[in-house]
Amino acid sequence: MALTLEQVRHVATLARLSLTPEEEQRFTTQLSAVLDAVDQLQALDVEAVAPTCHATLTSSRLREDVTRPSLPPEKSLANAPAKSDTSFAVPKIIE
Amino acid sequence: MPVSDFQPVIGLEVHAQLLTQSKIFCGCSTAFGAEPNRNTCPVCLGMPGVLPVLNQRVAEFAVRTGLALECTIRPTSVWSRKNYFYPDLPKGYQITQFDQPICEHGRLVIDTPLGEKVIRILRIHMEEDAGKSVHDAGGGQSLVDLNRAGVPLLEIVSQPDLRDADEAVEYLKAMRDVLVYLGVNDGNLEEGSFRCDANVSVMPKGSTTFGQRCELKNLNSFRFLKQAIEYEIARQVDVIESGGKVVQETRLWDVSKGVTRSMRSKEEAHDYRYFPEPDLPPLHVSAEAIDAAAQALPELPRAKLQRFTSQYGLPAYDARILTAERPLADYFEACAGHYKDYKKLSNWFLGELMRLLKEEGTPLSALRFTPAQLGALLGAVDQGTVSANAGKDVLGEMFRTGKAPADIIAEKGLAQVSDTGAIEAVVDDILAKNAGEIEKYRAGKKQVFGFFVGQVMRAMKGKGNPALVNELLKKKLGD
Repeated sequence: MALTLEQVRHVATLARLSLTPEEEQRFTTQLSAVLDAVDQLQALDVEAVAPTCHATLTSSRLREDVTRPSLPPEKSLANAPAKSDTSFAVPKIIE
Repeated sequence: MPVSDFQPVIGLEVHAQLLTQSKIFCGCSTAFGAEPNRNTCPVCLGMPGVLPVLNQRVAEFAVRTGLALECTIRPTSVWSRKNYFYPDLPKGYQITQFDQPICEHGRLVIDTPLGEKVIRILRIHMEEDAGKSVHDAGGGQSLVDLNRAGVPLLEIVSQPDLRDADEAVEYLKAMRDVLVYLGVNDGNLEEGSFRCDANVSVMPKGSTTFGQRCELKNLNSFRFLKQAIEYEIARQVDVIESGGKVVQETRLWDVSKGVTRSMRSKEEAHDYRYFPEPDLPPLHVSAEAIDAAAQALPELPRAKLQRFTSQYGLPAYDARILTAERPLADYFEACAGHYKDYKKLSNWFLGELMRLLKEEGTPLSALRFTPAQLGALLGAVDQGTVSANAGKDVLGEMFRTGKAPADIIAEKGLAQVSDTGAIEAVVDDILAKNAGEIEKYRAGKKQVFGFFVGQVMRAMKGKGNPALVNELLKKKLGD
């Protein structure tokens, strides 16, 4: 299944990736090859098989509703490129 | 065509924060109002390598809510990732449920001017909340607080069954009542722990094809919901009337201008690329757990209201106020066990008791007197031991001190005088002092009677039994 250049650009935009024209071409070829590989599975008859939504067959482990200590804010913010008091500071988001 | 030739079609999406102690996938506190980022940890900060673990109370609350709204509970529900970029979404995706939500196909009954109406619930799913962004921080910056990131939410989606703004408001109120009764949500629109988006479209009357819809946001009060929907209906009709087409978009209710305005950003609309969440296995809910939750459901607001009208013979108005909050309804029923004139009891609740609670800012749980004591007070009023007016003072004293009504009546000397001899002496005295008024009365000016009653009651400091005072006065005046 051949992807179009536009589809590759769309996916790149959604993923916030900026690609060079050369990369756009390369990824169009590579991603198409991935889809071709997946396409082979379409030949199988899976009518009676429930879709696999998880690789493990276990059921959810649950936790009790009890609080545990959080990180001190200075630790939570330790990797932040910018901060203001105990808030993360980011370039202004215009709505 | 005028607006009246169009049929609005409305569906609501409710987001309700669940009343848990800890977040949905980690042990951070959900407490509101903490210093920014005080309640964060590697899980809700979206650090690499961490794994979410589901808070079991979230699943319990979801099942409870689903059952109360008559949904089908899915034995196996699946978590999905909803992918988008925003600074208050640390992982770059929200863990939510998509194609296999925990509850589906429910209903909520509301009242309309034309009678009861069933609003179908499409689905209910669990998800994590995002953080909070502050945009007016200055310096070309927005500030991000992730305390709310990972707070558990239920999203409850209705079918487009609502037909005007009033029905939407009724639905939202009924939904809030149910969630608060269930103890899963605090119903607070202002603080945003109970939020609502509205999907609104219009179509020509008689059409069966819905028009293009717009999603309205920022509706944090019942009044704004009504205003925003009414504005939006008129706007869409205008667009169509002037030959245009309604564009599907998200619109924000602007409180100060009273208009909805487009929020359209450069963001490519609704391309969230959902896929199953690899870090969380599906959630299994056993038939036994569902049965147990169904057994434990409390009586819901609507059923309680109907029972209050039938069992206690109360008018709908009284029943509605008494059942608006579960603690008040429970307290009324406790008192009804001690006093059988339910309408009179309701009058005291709606009048004096609610006035005192409001004035003193006391929660019902902090009341100092028992239902038996309230029953005793009303009994004393009925028997004439104390007048209705003095009874109000006694209730106020019970409210403040928790003392028994009989003790207060004795201590304050509030007991009503029903001794005929004592009243007669006062009546004679008043009549002797007001010969002129007696003349007027006998000459036909019957309203002077009220003057005599007032004088006698004043002389007796309000403690005379009104029926006896009236009777004796009439006798003495020769009626």
